[in-house]
Amino acid sequence: MIANMKHYFKSFALLELFKGLKVTGTHLFSKKVTIQYPEEKTPISPRFRGHHALRRYPNGEERCIACKLCEAVCPALAITIDLEERDDGTRRTTQYDIDMFKCIYCGFCEEACPVDAIVETKIFEYHFEERGENIMTKEKLLAFGDKHEVMIAKDKAADAPYR
Amino acid sequence: MEFFSSIWGFVPEWLQILIVILLKIVAIILPLILAVAYTTYAERKIIGYMQDRLGPNRVGPKGWLQPIADTVKLMFKEILQPTKASVAVFYIAPLLALAPALIVWAVIPFSETMILADINVGLLFILAIASLDVFGIILAGWASNSKYAILSSLRAGAQVVSYEIAMGFALVGVLMAAGSLNLNDIIKAQSGNITDWFVWPLFGLFAVFFISGVAETNRAPFDVAEGESEIVAGFHVEYSGMAFALFFLAEYASMLMVSTLAGVLFLGGWLSPFQGLDFLIDLPIIGMFFGNGVHWLLLKTAFFIFLYFWFRATFPRYRYDQIMRLGWKILIPVTLVWIFLEGAAIALGWKPWLS
Repeated sequence: MIANMKHYFKSFALLELFKGLKVTGTHLFSKKVTIQYPEEKTPISPRFRGHHALRRYPNGEERCIACKLCEAVCPALAITIDLEERDDGTRRTTQYDIDMFKCIYCGFCEEACPVDAIVETKIFEYHFEERGENIMTKEKLLAFGDKHEVMIAKDKAADAPYR
Repeated sequence: MEFFSSIWGFVPEWLQILIVILLKIVAIILPLILAVAYTTYAERKIIGYMQDRLGPNRVGPKGWLQPIADTVKLMFKEILQPTKASVAVFYIAPLLALAPALIVWAVIPFSETMILADINVGLLFILAIASLDVFGIILAGWASNSKYAILSSLRAGAQVVSYEIAMGFALVGVLMAAGSLNLNDIIKAQSGNITDWFVWPLFGLFAVFFISGVAETNRAPFDVAEGESEIVAGFHVEYSGMAFALFFLAEYASMLMVSTLAGVLFLGGWLSPFQGLDFLIDLPIIGMFFGNGVHWLLLKTAFFIFLYFWFRATFPRYRYDQIMRLGWKILIPVTLVWIFLEGAAIALGWKPWLS
């Protein structure tokens, strides 16, 4: 009987509902977590997998030796490699294309690479305006790597202890 | 000025009356539509803040132009029409939903003199017109020739009809206490000071009125008619562009109407809560603010609109049968008991209220 009365009192006084209102009411005045994207940005891990780049050795020689491990491991079949023997007897690529539309940014190419040639940078803000621009050729990837080499080297050094 | 008054003299009398009435209507409708636009903005902002977000803040300073941008976008959108829709009804339905939501404002007293039609059956008029709202929704659902839309309009129809009863009983309590159906008389019956407002003696009816008001306007947590998780958007799935906007206009105008009505019937409308504290009203300049006036009604309306958004941010949607149970098995008995007690109190002359 008493329990019954208690139940009636509770439900007619809308106690549970007021509890809920209190929660949302306090959140009305709490600090907002929104990040105003173009002006503010969230911190990005050095491991972030964004736009690809091909790296060079400090003496200017390209790292890639056309071993095709990345091409083999790529789950999306986004990488196409062709190669030849250069005059000095080394093995180098003549074609290194990544189709950015096929790529799923899994980072396996980077993991597979024995010479740290192909890497994924933390740059994720890029776009294509015409057909064909999504194919990243060897030249474009090398140029991208040259442009951001300082940042790439720093990120790889930061992540090295955990590999 | 003299030029105008000399022209005005030549206008026949019936035309003079017509022009004055039309101007009054425009003076009510235009601010109302502006208020509706900014209610949508307030809703997005408040719910955003309650969810620890910022809400719209890109269009104009602090996002103040967001409703304008929304309107412009909707105006330029094509009004699509389902192939097998009943064409005439399809286009009439949004108008049928909007018109009652606007007509009701004719009898709302904004202050002692600011009222378009000071009719003696104001409360009855509001009940009558407000129930017409559901026609627009039902016809929209039927004319769209869509399963989601018809399901939604069935739900909305049943819900609005059920809650109309509880709401009607709550209003009966008010008119018993005030002894009049004229809205201005109802407000005047609450004058004296803040303790004379009808919220205190009629608190249960007030709660029932606002809950059924939320249900009447198909707002969260009673928005099964929209129920986007089950039936997409409900009765207006097939509408786009301005036809869609009209439904929103109607919904928000009804929300404003229910809020204003709650203010008028239970919180003393344009009466100031500082009534009776003469030393405040006698103050120079700010005394105006403490005195009676339209600003108090607007504040009360704003408070109830805020409650709407607060509810929406807090409560999960009721199931359909739960809504029906709440309406028929809880709200209606509560009002009946309260009206009985109120009748007894009036008959026995219990003070201080309801004398």
